[in-house]
Amino acid sequence: MSVAEAHADTSKGCIDIRNTGVTFGSDESEIVAVKEVSINVQPGEFVSLIGPSGCGKSTLLSIVAGFVKPTRGEALLDGKKITKPGSDRGVVFQQYSLFPWLSVRKNVEFGLKMAGVDQNRRNATARSLLDLAGLLSFENHYPDQLSGGMKQRIGIVRALATSPQVLLMDEPFGALDTQTRVVMQEILTNIWQQFRISVLFITHDIEESIFLSDRIYVMTARPGRIKAEIKVPLPRPRTPEMTDTPEFMNLVQELKGLIREESLAAMAPEIKDRGLSGFGMKVGPKGVGELY
Amino acid sequence: MTSTPEKPEAPVAEGQAAPAPAAGPAAAEPEVVPTLSFRTVARSLLKHVTRDRIITLLLGCISIGALFLVWYLGTKYRFEFYIRFKNVPTPAEVFHQLTQVGLSNKYLVNIAISVRRILTGFFIAIAIGVPLGLLIGKYERVRDLCMPCVEILRPIPAIAWVPMSIMLWPNNEAAIVFITFIGAFFPILLNTIHGVHSLDGVLVRAGRCLGANEAQLFWNVILPGSLPHIFTGLAVGMGVAWVSLIAAEMISGQFGVGYFTWEAYSLVDYPAIMLGMITIGVLGLACSGVIRLVGYFLMPWLSYAPGGNR
Ligand SMILES: Nc1ncnc2c1ncn2[C@@H]1O[C@H](COP(=O)(O)OP(=O)(O)OP(=O)(O)O)[C@@H](O)[C@H]1O
Ligand SMILES: [Mg+2]
Repeated sequence: MSVAEAHADTSKGCIDIRNTGVTFGSDESEIVAVKEVSINVQPGEFVSLIGPSGCGKSTLLSIVAGFVKPTRGEALLDGKKITKPGSDRGVVFQQYSLFPWLSVRKNVEFGLKMAGVDQNRRNATARSLLDLAGLLSFENHYPDQLSGGMKQRIGIVRALATSPQVLLMDEPFGALDTQTRVVMQEILTNIWQQFRISVLFITHDIEESIFLSDRIYVMTARPGRIKAEIKVPLPRPRTPEMTDTPEFMNLVQELKGLIREESLAAMAPEIKDRGLSGFGMKVGPKGVGELY
Repeated sequence: MTSTPEKPEAPVAEGQAAPAPAAGPAAAEPEVVPTLSFRTVARSLLKHVTRDRIITLLLGCISIGALFLVWYLGTKYRFEFYIRFKNVPTPAEVFHQLTQVGLSNKYLVNIAISVRRILTGFFIAIAIGVPLGLLIGKYERVRDLCMPCVEILRPIPAIAWVPMSIMLWPNNEAAIVFITFIGAFFPILLNTIHGVHSLDGVLVRAGRCLGANEAQLFWNVILPGSLPHIFTGLAVGMGVAWVSLIAAEMISGQFGVGYFTWEAYSLVDYPAIMLGMITIGVLGLACSGVIRLVGYFLMPWLSYAPGGNR
């Protein structure tokens, strides 16, 4: 049997965020991180969330993960309200989050150990997952002996070990170089197709979001709202060659347009008021500094 | 894959180094039969003798040797310029003392008693300091409750506890152990708290996402994650424990290395003073060596961590 087959239940893994808002702090120091957002991920769907820095992407993901309680609205997993973290939602963090004191295999076993699975079954599951990630020969290494790409691969299979219904990924490849990123994206689509699991994926990278997703939500600058929802009609399985097709290019252009406005808005709200046309002249030889 | 049927229930230990079944592919190469000859043992030992280690050892010898040289020359020429080596016994005299007294019951019993006091006080300090440190580090409310007390008691040196301790405890022995405990306790506690605070929050979140409940989180994430700092605390605590113990033994004691040294002073037995001091030094060194060794075996991963030595 393969670990992937354990995930055969395709009717589960529905994320539903309804009219959700998050406000940090109180009174004067209030920060509205998320204004009012409704998004959903259907069972087995791969959905990306893209938006400028600080727009509340991580906050949204933390709500689904169960770390942050929304100030308004609610987040549901298969119809049940999310209140705390749990192993029914796998999470892959932007920072490396492997336990440095555990060997690679013990890291992957961690969730199963917490669930009380016995040593032999833990061991077998971890080894087959590591095999899937192409890292079986490193099972007895410590995380600090591995490269960044390897660590994130292990982070992904560790999150999958407990057979979660959804996988939440917060810019998991943000710290990797471009070449490694591309390989990791392929590995991820591979794994996703085997597991048929719902994925909520956060990224800054437009090409990445198109290459991976069925659907993309674009967020506005803080306070975050959903600016647009875009379907990706590209067929599966996706291959690196697809990134050169006109459909792909068109999507990139469309998203770029949407994101650019928001990124500028995020950096300096006043730029937006003056209009983009003034931007090129204002930068001048002294750089962007004089804008502020 | 399922677990292999011929494997017994016993869980396979860490390294996957389960002994291969006799009739395995290993039989294909019969000439490689590892025999435990003198040569193989010597070779495996030699593998550990690297250039780097030889230099380390050499410098260590030079360092200790220099200390002895100053002592030797100072006493030989009766050096006297502000500091006076006039009454300081020579290394030979101390060595003579060691061969005479060193194997006597009195000396060995003193050592044994000191070591017992250290270990008792130290382990009580670990048993209270580490769990309390983990709780204070993790829970703000526990911190609010305990830290005022800690902050007020911490600046009081263990030696200042001597009179109080003698009043407080029913016998001398308990009083001395208590002082040793006080010495070790605060470094262990504070380093444990620091260990929890410096633990990367993402690891705690990862642990919770993987389904760890509060107790599992403590045992599987917070404790191992703070272990490097805890061991720093143990090393520092052990040093302070010795300082406190010797002081306590000198003031209030019967028996113990500190008492031995102080008694030698009142009996004007100069070589014995030196012997006592050297004994304290060696015992302290041995104790921190043991702690470092235990730390090394408990945290093999540390040598790969950023700033590690591999
Ligand atoms: N615990 C917190 N307390 C106060 N403010 C917070 C907290 N967490 C996030 N914020 C604020 O909420 C806003 C959204 O943060 P969030 O981390 O969700 O953004 P993001 O979209 O993930 O950004 P990035 O792409 O840079 O990771 C930011 O302005 C941030 O300063
Ligand atoms: Mg973020």
